[in-house]
Amino acid sequence: MAPKVGVYVCHCGINIAHTVDVEEVAKATAEVANVAVARNYIYMCSDPGQQLIQDDIRELGLDRVVVASCSPRMHELTFRRVIQEAGLNPYYLQIANIREQCSWVHTDREAATEKAKDIVAGAVSRACLLQPLEERDTEVTPSALILGGGIAGLQAALEIADAGYEAHVIEKEAALGGHIAHLTNTFPTLESVPSLLTEVLERVQTHPRIEVLTHSRVVDVDGFIGNFQVQVETLPGDADTPTATELTVGAIVVATGFDNFDATLKPEFGYGTYDRVITGPELEKLLARADGPDTSSLLGSDEIEDVVFIQCVGSRDRNGGNPYCSRVCCMYTAKQAYLLRQMLPDSRITVFYMDVRAFGKGFEQFYDQVRGQRVLYRRGNPSEIYRRQSKLVVRAEDTLLGKPIEVEADLVVLATGLVPRQDANDTSTLLKLSRSEDGFFMELHPKLRPVETTSDGVFLAGCCQSPKDVTDTIAQAKAAASSALIPLSLGKVRVESITCSVDQLLCSGCGLCAEACVYGALTLNERTGIMTANQVLCKGCGACATACPSGAIVLRHFTPDQILAEIEGAV
Amino acid sequence: MVAEQSILERCDLWACIQCGKCTGGCPVAFKTTLNIRSLVYHALVDGQLDPDGMEELWDCTTCGTCVLRCPKEVEPSELIVALRTALVDGGVIPPTIGDALTSVFRHGNPSLMPPDERADWAEGLPVKSIAEGAEVLYFVGCIPSYDDRAQKVARAMVKVFQKAEIDFGILGVEERCCCNEVRRVGEEGLFEYMMEEQQELFSGHDVKHIVTTSPHCFNTFQNEYQGLDIKVQHYTQFVADLIAQGRLAFTGELDQIVTYHDPCFLGKQNGIFDEPRSIIQSIPGVDFQEMDRIRDRSLCCEGGGGRMWWEGTNPEDRLATSRFEEALSVGADVMAVACPFCLLTFDLAAKASGYDEKVQVLDIVELLAQVV
Repeated sequence: MAPKVGVYVCHCGINIAHTVDVEEVAKATAEVANVAVARNYIYMCSDPGQQLIQDDIRELGLDRVVVASCSPRMHELTFRRVIQEAGLNPYYLQIANIREQCSWVHTDREAATEKAKDIVAGAVSRACLLQPLEERDTEVTPSALILGGGIAGLQAALEIADAGYEAHVIEKEAALGGHIAHLTNTFPTLESVPSLLTEVLERVQTHPRIEVLTHSRVVDVDGFIGNFQVQVETLPGDADTPTATELTVGAIVVATGFDNFDATLKPEFGYGTYDRVITGPELEKLLARADGPDTSSLLGSDEIEDVVFIQCVGSRDRNGGNPYCSRVCCMYTAKQAYLLRQMLPDSRITVFYMDVRAFGKGFEQFYDQVRGQRVLYRRGNPSEIYRRQSKLVVRAEDTLLGKPIEVEADLVVLATGLVPRQDANDTSTLLKLSRSEDGFFMELHPKLRPVETTSDGVFLAGCCQSPKDVTDTIAQAKAAASSALIPLSLGKVRVESITCSVDQLLCSGCGLCAEACVYGALTLNERTGIMTANQVLCKGCGACATACPSGAIVLRHFTPDQILAEIEGAV
Repeated sequence: MVAEQSILERCDLWACIQCGKCTGGCPVAFKTTLNIRSLVYHALVDGQLDPDGMEELWDCTTCGTCVLRCPKEVEPSELIVALRTALVDGGVIPPTIGDALTSVFRHGNPSLMPPDERADWAEGLPVKSIAEGAEVLYFVGCIPSYDDRAQKVARAMVKVFQKAEIDFGILGVEERCCCNEVRRVGEEGLFEYMMEEQQELFSGHDVKHIVTTSPHCFNTFQNEYQGLDIKVQHYTQFVADLIAQGRLAFTGELDQIVTYHDPCFLGKQNGIFDEPRSIIQSIPGVDFQEMDRIRDRSLCCEGGGGRMWWEGTNPEDRLATSRFEEALSVGADVMAVACPFCLLTFDLAAKASGYDEKVQVLDIVELLAQVV
């Protein structure tokens, strides 16, 4: 019996309709073979749009659905659910991408309309050959791995453990805490960071469901969401050989943190040449000593009359720095200026800034408070530092005066920004994480999936994803933990239905497919001499099917006849 | 239809965030009314910029500090060159710069010198013409060809090349101005004309490798001559290699404290900081002392960008003079340079301020020629 195809052309507001004559596309598609109905609607993904499809399935007895809209990455899952609710196998859906691959990239309305018709005709032709696929579940190990023992990792571990699941924290260094262990007070509330961290550490160390491995690193990760096999190596400073631990976990939270920007990359400031040019994180360490600020250092010197802070060192800088704003430097500088004022009541404190970004809760009020402490903010990004006798000279333009100026200083603090960790590439290789242009790990969607990654079951927390302050880091850690808790608490996860299958008659057991597969899904069956595909490990990428010289591997839902039908339908 | 791009687009001024890093680093902003950041702002606000009457535009030395520092990759000095081009097109330029341009067009050099005297400096020296075929073309440059003081640099170069047994030749009377400064004062048309002539000359002699005296010639050959498929080196790169390969034998010692001034077109604009220093440090007996403002933080001598031909709006305060104070502060007997412009501006400043009795200004190759 011939399939009955319903076609739904989306306007996407004006995103598609502006460039493509959607009515014309629907009209033309109605004439294509096997099409029972072709409609257009302003937003197919809206509730009424979804209802339209479900009503047609029930009333007209459709058994295939084509939605001509945005990229399948956007709404394929939405529409699969829509047709499933109306009683169809979810894999009887075909998306025709007429937005990213048509309306957004063309300006000629007539030609774009013709192209859209071809794309839709191809999709109809492919839809007719689609096969139903079975959806399957797998069991989840009720524990999580937390990569990194900074504040993000610790917070995520506490959330997961408090919810009743095991959390394994892997920390490279000897001690937990990460960067936060070197901070003095928080902004804008000036709470003591050491006491805040102590409280968190006490909870972590006494928690019955948290296991901490310091001096440790993950050397290999195998498996998939629900059941990751993680190899950990532990090498304390006094040991010669590492001890190996194998963990099985259901989810992974990546909280590997950041590195500080290397100020020698901006040689105009003389960092490394002048010992009184220091970075913000270095000043933080001097201020953060448990027994009060380090007065044996230059901070205790009565020669410090003039202090200059320079903002945006290595941030917002396409020229040898990083193009992004590091989000924390404006406020940590304000806080440091405030703390220095308490120590040096008679000094002159100047902050050079380009823009003051005081966007968080209480930040602007704190910035007001700091200026009230006789901290002078001058607008201008200093260009150079040199020495004049015993003084440093900061050259800048005060852009509000419109004049080049020289300001003498006894101490210059460079507000260095945050950069991706040097070993970020190792971590991304280990866990198959994508990285965004700025080098930080990439979330699955900037708005809708901020802690998920392209690897199912792997979540991001803290500065490994982008620079953020302690407040935002803890919020994100809680979000990552909550997302990781979904599979843990459900106890099962859905596995990919679009997987490969090996034709036992054609396979020669050459193993090229196994080399192509990054998921380790293909292995040689020693007894039969042919390949077998693990249907849980397979992610449906199709690399094996391309590599196979004898055409023995077929990727379900992307079979050669389906793809050829799509091409024939389109041309 | 594509509308003609305004200066805002051509110079990418929309990228500017008015941080002031250009003006704050500009060596002449502190002594004249030139404020490049403010010029960019006026262009953005008014949608255009009329350079008429802006005499301070000629103060810019095109040292490139603003380009080096700009966090948004705007290249502010290119705005100045573009504004100068508008002035040149309108014929509104300082007379001495106009004379220099005319001289380049007529005589192939900016100094109104006869072209047939260009190779006189080499008289009596065993220097062959590139026409006879040679591995290396020594591109002498206008100042070392004609200026009494700078000719010594060219002669020192010949001595060093000979000691290292380099097969080199010169263009002789055929050599013409590289036009690095011509482009920087905004005479685009003349620059392009001369560039084509020069390229024909190079290909006519089948030149494969050019070594220049001046960082300015090096810069324009390396970065601005389009389609030039020739290895170009400043002599400090070439000579540092010779020393590293052991091809130069030292026969003497220099018992002197030497400091080094980074030329802008060598250091800031082309990142060549180490080679000149390695040459100085390899000279036996030399006590090399760095000044405070070096490498990326070096101070411009005010010789570039057409300033060899125009004194500027504030000729009294010379940056070169304050540079000597730095050289004295490290106890230097010699301020070494690697650029004919620096050589002459420092020489002039030394004489004008009486420093010439305390610190000697020498090109690195002159130092080297004393001990090989």
